[in-house]
Amino acid sequence: MILVTVGTDLPFNRLVQTVDEWAAAFGRTDVLAQIGETEWTPKHIPFVRFIEPVDFNKRFSEAGVIIAHAGMGTILSALKFGKPLIVMPRRASLGEQRNEHQLATARYLEALGKITVALDETDLRRRLESLDQLEVKARVGPYASQRLTESIKHFIAGGNAAC
Amino acid sequence: MSVQKTKLLAISSSGGHWVQLQRLRPAFEGCDVTFATTRDSYRHEVEGFRFEVILDANRTQKLKALLMLFSLLKVLLKVRPDVVISTGAMPGYFTLRLAKLMRCRTIWVDSIANAEELSLSGQKAGRIADLWLTQWEHLARPEGPFFKGNVLGD
Repeated sequence: MILVTVGTDLPFNRLVQTVDEWAAAFGRTDVLAQIGETEWTPKHIPFVRFIEPVDFNKRFSEAGVIIAHAGMGTILSALKFGKPLIVMPRRASLGEQRNEHQLATARYLEALGKITVALDETDLRRRLESLDQLEVKARVGPYASQRLTESIKHFIAGGNAAC
Repeated sequence: MSVQKTKLLAISSSGGHWVQLQRLRPAFEGCDVTFATTRDSYRHEVEGFRFEVILDANRTQKLKALLMLFSLLKVLLKVRPDVVISTGAMPGYFTLRLAKLMRCRTIWVDSIANAEELSLSGQKAGRIADLWLTQWEHLARPEGPFFKGNVLGD
């Protein structure tokens, strides 16, 4: 199963439409899309507006591939579950997000070798057409770095902030 | 003599902010933890902990923002935390501001989604957070925010 997820706040027509057209052209019947506030509705693939957290984790763990906006919740979940992932950043210039942080984050995480990024629809189409070559680029454990959690723990216990 | 556990309020918006907050859990060991967020359905992810729901708002919604402030205040008065930690976004920032007035110690962990510059809330949080962290080394400054690692585990 290919899980498409675009988050909840604003529409993301470009991603949903590109995947829908690809699924139609290649006869894929194993796609489910969570489309949130997206106005354009898929013609070929089943979709839901929202998936509640408990159900979302189940869908996520069962999915073979994740195609998503560059939201950190989705990215962290994909890395934790070890799922092949393509992210396409939402663009503020197209009304898909309030600022361009998804683009910046996607670029930085790609540079760290954590994720596969499709910058636009053409790029996404190209990556979908070679989906069988998509690999898990990185994995993460269940928690943040020990350095981070220990620093916070130290501070909570009354320690100094800067050390 | 019994020692009172530190009362910790861990608060964030839903979505990525919440996922990041959950990844900090080992830091909260030994504390009396209350989680708070904008969506009731997350209750099931923190079974065994106290859980409070807050109202959400963004910069353009004045009335909603006022209602949000009341909901934050209500949670703070109920929990009476010693320490408040947030991973964002705006409700977390305002919680830190209110918590500061109540003389709580405050922690801001700016979202890893802000790779190029701190969020607006994250920048403003610098003036009120006792511990002010970014998750990107290139955004750290000598006077803060500090970089101490990230939620990816690096």
